[in-house]
Amino acid sequence: MTKKQKKVLVRIIIAAVLVIALQFISVKGYVRFGLYMIPYLVIGYDILKKAGKGILNRQIFDENFLMAVATIGAIALGDYKEGTAVMLFYQIGELFQSYAVGKSRRNISDLMDIRPDYANVEKDGELEQVDPDEIEIGTVIVVQPGEKVPIDGVVVEGTSSLNTSALTGESVPREVSVDDEIISGCINMTGLLKIRTTKEFGESTVSKILELVENASSRKSRSENFISKFAKIYTPAVCYGALALAILPPIVRMAFMGLAPEWGDWVYRALTFLVISCPCALVISIPLSFFAGIGGASREGVLVKGSSFLETLSQTKIVVFDKTGTMTKGVFEVNGIHHSPYKDEELLEYAALAESYSTHPISKSLQRAYGKPIDKNRVSDVEEIGGHGLTAKVDGKVVAAGNAKLMKKLGIEYHDCSHVGTIVHVAIDGKYAGHILISDVIKEHAAEAIAALKKSGIEKTVMLTGDAKNVADHVAAQLGIDEVCSELLPGDKVEKVEELLTKKSEKDKLAFVGDGINDAPVLSRADIGIAMGALGSDAAIEAADIVLMDDDPLKISKAIRISRKCIRIVYENIYFAIGIKVICLVLGALGIANMWFAIFADVGVMILAVLNAIRTLFVKKL
Amino acid sequence: MKKTYKIDVDCANCANKMEDAAKNTAGVKDATVNFMALKMIVEFEEGADAKAVMKDVLKNCKKVEDDCEIFL
Repeated sequence: MTKKQKKVLVRIIIAAVLVIALQFISVKGYVRFGLYMIPYLVIGYDILKKAGKGILNRQIFDENFLMAVATIGAIALGDYKEGTAVMLFYQIGELFQSYAVGKSRRNISDLMDIRPDYANVEKDGELEQVDPDEIEIGTVIVVQPGEKVPIDGVVVEGTSSLNTSALTGESVPREVSVDDEIISGCINMTGLLKIRTTKEFGESTVSKILELVENASSRKSRSENFISKFAKIYTPAVCYGALALAILPPIVRMAFMGLAPEWGDWVYRALTFLVISCPCALVISIPLSFFAGIGGASREGVLVKGSSFLETLSQTKIVVFDKTGTMTKGVFEVNGIHHSPYKDEELLEYAALAESYSTHPISKSLQRAYGKPIDKNRVSDVEEIGGHGLTAKVDGKVVAAGNAKLMKKLGIEYHDCSHVGTIVHVAIDGKYAGHILISDVIKEHAAEAIAALKKSGIEKTVMLTGDAKNVADHVAAQLGIDEVCSELLPGDKVEKVEELLTKKSEKDKLAFVGDGINDAPVLSRADIGIAMGALGSDAAIEAADIVLMDDDPLKISKAIRISRKCIRIVYENIYFAIGIKVICLVLGALGIANMWFAIFADVGVMILAVLNAIRTLFVKKL
Repeated sequence: MKKTYKIDVDCANCANKMEDAAKNTAGVKDATVNFMALKMIVEFEEGADAKAVMKDVLKNCKKVEDDCEIFL
């Protein structure tokens, strides 16, 4: 608790004790009034002061003013106990609210406790702690075990495992060694690392993420705007209602019905109105829900750039995916070796050696699959034939590796592959030696992710890709995607998304999920752009509305479920709070609800709404 | 030009009032108050002197909510 809150708490206790004590003292008249004034002023002096200032500044519909009028009115009617109690409960409510808000504020900033305080720079053999802001690009910094990586860079010395859970929500540590890129915000767990920085602190991942999260709730959602508009109308409306309630019924009774006006009774009912006029519960619980929702999501590695996006995401009915990098790993791997008289490893060795001088992605994947260091002395006479492949001498044998065209050109008979992917045919000394199948690998959780999306009510899934039709259809069939558009140029993707946007109804939203590489225009064109695996990709963080920190497609449905939960709670709070207030107003006008009832309902609704809002923070099990 | 200021205010409704007050200050194009992060993001009109404008913003905010602070 802060000092301010503690002071209020002490005042609440003193006032409460005094009010209870007064129940046992039977005095009448001015003495009674005087005695009740003590707890009333103890608990309410600041409200009265603020109300006075409000009048000077012409802020009549200020809740302090309303509370002051309601309680002074009650006291004037002789209801000392009620007047004091209303003030007391109002303060209890305010205290709870400020405590809860402060608590969740801290909770969420703890979650995002990734801001590094210093960077270690080695100077004359000793480590010196420097402000990360002052580190220039290219400086070598030292990160000891247990410390946060302060700035993005490349490892120049040491190996270690990194805990990236604060960034990605992923609990499996990431192994790094020399030449690996490393992103700021991770925690170094085991070994000492020396890192050459590649970015300034302000441009580093950790700064970008913090900036994004901290500014997130500034983009307000429709519900938030609705509530602030509602609050603006609600308070004056209730106040005028109260005024009318105090004046009209007595006049009507007197003039038309010939009854006694009963001014006191109607004024009391009007004062009850004023007690309910504060829109606090609504105004606090809605932004709190969004704030907690965004905070909870970021703990799971889902960064949401604003509450408005959380709202849109919850209405998503169509999800459009990019293929490469989103549903597939985007790295080509050897997936099979067929029709070879040689042993698999042997053929792979020949192919990898022959391709050892090439930097083509296909060659790289062959070398990766081979997995052993390559002795380039065994390779000579490399001849590349553009668009076909290459020939080279390996251990004195002539090896030809390439596509079907190469085989035709060399007049070698070859077998076609029944699988989908890139085929590397290999011939050794003019004889066909089989082919190697290289294909993009579907991500582990991709099929599961599509199923999870369907389960959470997504009506249509579409995959867009620049890849060949047979590859695209094959992937889509494996994953259970409804619609595929293949052989698209980057520009076509925007058109395709626009087409889908015009076809769907206004209410249903379309989300596009991409890896941020060349799909920035599509990300911004869709109702909601989701970039995945975006760690370190600035363009994606810029263009997307929601950023998935790791590249697990399961996070898409998780993000949608988080948004749904958050929006559900927001609506619960809106209906619940407005509903209770309306009921109280009606009961108050009919004279059924008294001031006690009103203040209990008001504070109670606020407490329940705040507790409900905090529920959005818990998203782990979604 | 956009600038972010740290603020201190106790209730969410007061934050909304501050937002309105800031928006209606001369020299301010748009303003957003983020109650949960306790921040005010002010977009100034072109050529406006941020420091002078912020003084007015603070004055206007104090008018609608006495118990608030903007850390300039």
